Amino acid sequence: MTAERVSVGSIRVVSLFPDVMNVYADRGNLLAIRHRASEFGITIEEFDVGLGEQLPPEADLVLIGGGQDCEQHRIATDLALQRDTLLAWAEGDTAMLAVCGGFQLFGRWYRDRQGRMLPGVGLFDVTTLAPDLEGGRAVGDVLIDSGLSGIGEVVGFENHAGRTYLGPAARPFGLVRHGRGNNGDDGTEGAIYRQAIGTYLHGAVLPKNPRLLDRLLASALSHRYRKSMELDSIPSPYADRAHASAVEIARQRSPIWTA
Amino acid sequence: MTLSWRARVALFAGHGARLATRWLRRGGGTALPGLVAGTIAPRLIEELVSDRRYDTLTVTGTNGKTTTTHLLVTILKEAGFDPLTNYAGSNLERGLITAYLSDMTDKKDPGQNQTQFAVFEVDEANLPSLLPRLQPRLVTFLNLFRDQLDRYGEVDSVMGGWQEMLAGDSAPSHLVLNVDDPVIARFDEFNSAGTGIVEDDKQSVTTYGVDDQAIGLQLREHARDARFCPRGKRYEYDAIYMGHVGIWHCDCCESRRPDPDVSARKVVLESSRSLVTFSIAGHQMDFELPLPGLYMVYNALAAAASAHALGVTPEAIVRGLSQAEAPFGRQERFVFEDKAVRVLLAKNPAGLNEVIRILNSTDGRLTVLAMLNDGVQDGQDVSWIYDAEIELLADYKPIVIVSGSRAHDMALRFSIAGIDPDRIEPDIEVALDIALENVKPGEQLDVVATYTAMIDIREVLARRAGVASYWERPERRLSVRGKS
Repeated sequence: MTAERVSVGSIRVVSLFPDVMNVYADRGNLLAIRHRASEFGITIEEFDVGLGEQLPPEADLVLIGGGQDCEQHRIATDLALQRDTLLAWAEGDTAMLAVCGGFQLFGRWYRDRQGRMLPGVGLFDVTTLAPDLEGGRAVGDVLIDSGLSGIGEVVGFENHAGRTYLGPAARPFGLVRHGRGNNGDDGTEGAIYRQAIGTYLHGAVLPKNPRLLDRLLASALSHRYRKSMELDSIPSPYADRAHASAVEIARQRSPIWTA
Repeated sequence: MTLSWRARVALFAGHGARLATRWLRRGGGTALPGLVAGTIAPRLIEELVSDRRYDTLTVTGTNGKTTTTHLLVTILKEAGFDPLTNYAGSNLERGLITAYLSDMTDKKDPGQNQTQFAVFEVDEANLPSLLPRLQPRLVTFLNLFRDQLDRYGEVDSVMGGWQEMLAGDSAPSHLVLNVDDPVIARFDEFNSAGTGIVEDDKQSVTTYGVDDQAIGLQLREHARDARFCPRGKRYEYDAIYMGHVGIWHCDCCESRRPDPDVSARKVVLESSRSLVTFSIAGHQMDFELPLPGLYMVYNALAAAASAHALGVTPEAIVRGLSQAEAPFGRQERFVFEDKAVRVLLAKNPAGLNEVIRILNSTDGRLTVLAMLNDGVQDGQDVSWIYDAEIELLADYKPIVIVSGSRAHDMALRFSIAGIDPDRIEPDIEVALDIALENVKPGEQLDVVATYTAMIDIREVLARRAGVASYWERPERRLSVRGKS
């Protein structure tokens, strides 16, 4: 397959519930997309979808972040109504990044502390259990080896109580080198489905993982122009240095993964 | 009642630790003595509270604890009291015990009829467990913003702890509330809704807020937290002053921000001070608050409302606030020959947004040394820098030097905001020298720092300027030095 190299274009970026699912500064992902897109000369059309609002007719890139536990309940109902559209978008290779609470809600279901089941979008074949209070939160730096070609190491910070388990159809986003990952049991982190990525990594994750950022932009462009597209190689020195420094800190500060 | 033998041994050991840390000149002197004493006698606080008959006042909230405590102490001194306080911002149990220890060494017994105030800033997550032990006469609430999620947990969990505390048996008898923060304003409902805690109805709550809509924000900042009322509807605002703090109302619960007892009727923010009109129990007082920034106006209001609740006259309150000085690292200024350095603490998005507002009101060229650390006290997760509106600085074309253990994360954040840093230097002292070279004679360097970075840079600046270390209480510095 030959990929077309582009230096200009336009993509539609849809942020889901940006005023609710924003607790862990995942807005940084949108800021990084805006900044990087302007370096490439890519125009961004932004759509914010709030509670009770309709999705736009099309999307090249969808973002959803993490919220507090009670906020998960608020949006779960809303998200269930948009389920068919989101699934159709994923099947059509819209690029997506779902972080933490957003990742959980893009799975099949989430069971909270009281045992209530929150239905998810079902885009990833994953399920999430909120542990009892003694279970404790997974909090700390994370370093993973991404399963995506050309991405390599991805670094971030996890802060979650829920434990997510992959179903038979799910592929992890990466394997944990340092930190806890999806559940602390099986060494997986996040999930991938077509061009959609689910992960627990904050940081924010896109600013300091420039290869991942560029890949999402390329996926979004490919979706928009219906053909495989690659980006020119433009250096990102600040992001590269922040990546290297965060990787080093994760290695020093977070326990090495052992099964 | 007299102290138990265990408490006496604990005090003796605590004094020993205090002398030792001072002699070794270690900065841990604000916490270690209390840690030693508290470990020996776990009920030391309870014994001291009942034995010494302190009238305890506590200040809590995400932002402004240290400054508000400092301002309240300044006002109480102006009113003729000599309060005990945890001056250096050490706000966990060990810090409070250390403050008690310093009180017993540095001072004679208060007069028989003199009220002995203990003014403590208390960590917001620790207040629920400390409150029944301290039995404060007054509990002052400032605000609740997102802060170091890896350390404190989500905002809801801090709020839940406060609500449980206020509905519990040992709820305080008098609350001082910021009515502009809907989460905090609603604590009044524990009173008026008759959920049982406050017996004297309205007598027991003193409220404060800002009544000058002209200083409201044009854009909605990102760092907003209390967005939903208890019934799950979004708050509406006539004016937003910072984050989710403003003139709010909610149609679904038919509630609105009440009129405050103590208010700022007029606020003019300047780069190095604020001109304000406070209304205190109907008295209009114009004065100059020598600390810039709207968040300092809020701190001053909180201190004024607390003092008013204690019966201090409006005149004494304003005299105290007019001569306020910044506590260490909070807008503290150091002057070197022909250049000045201002240290601005910023440890969460709401705080950083207010610091950015101050920087943007600065006349002339802006030189910023931004220091991001990721120690346990700073929060190990540095994601929060993406929640602050650093983009707002871009128009001012500042010279930016970044430093700290996460200098490269900070550099990236600035570059995404359209401001490429001039230098990245993780070592803070080297970075300070580079930054000062960029400051012209007669100009000022603004150092914006997270908590541990602030402590470190403040030590460097204090050493160079010949100022006291942060753990030394300024007014008692000489006697302490004499002892060591």
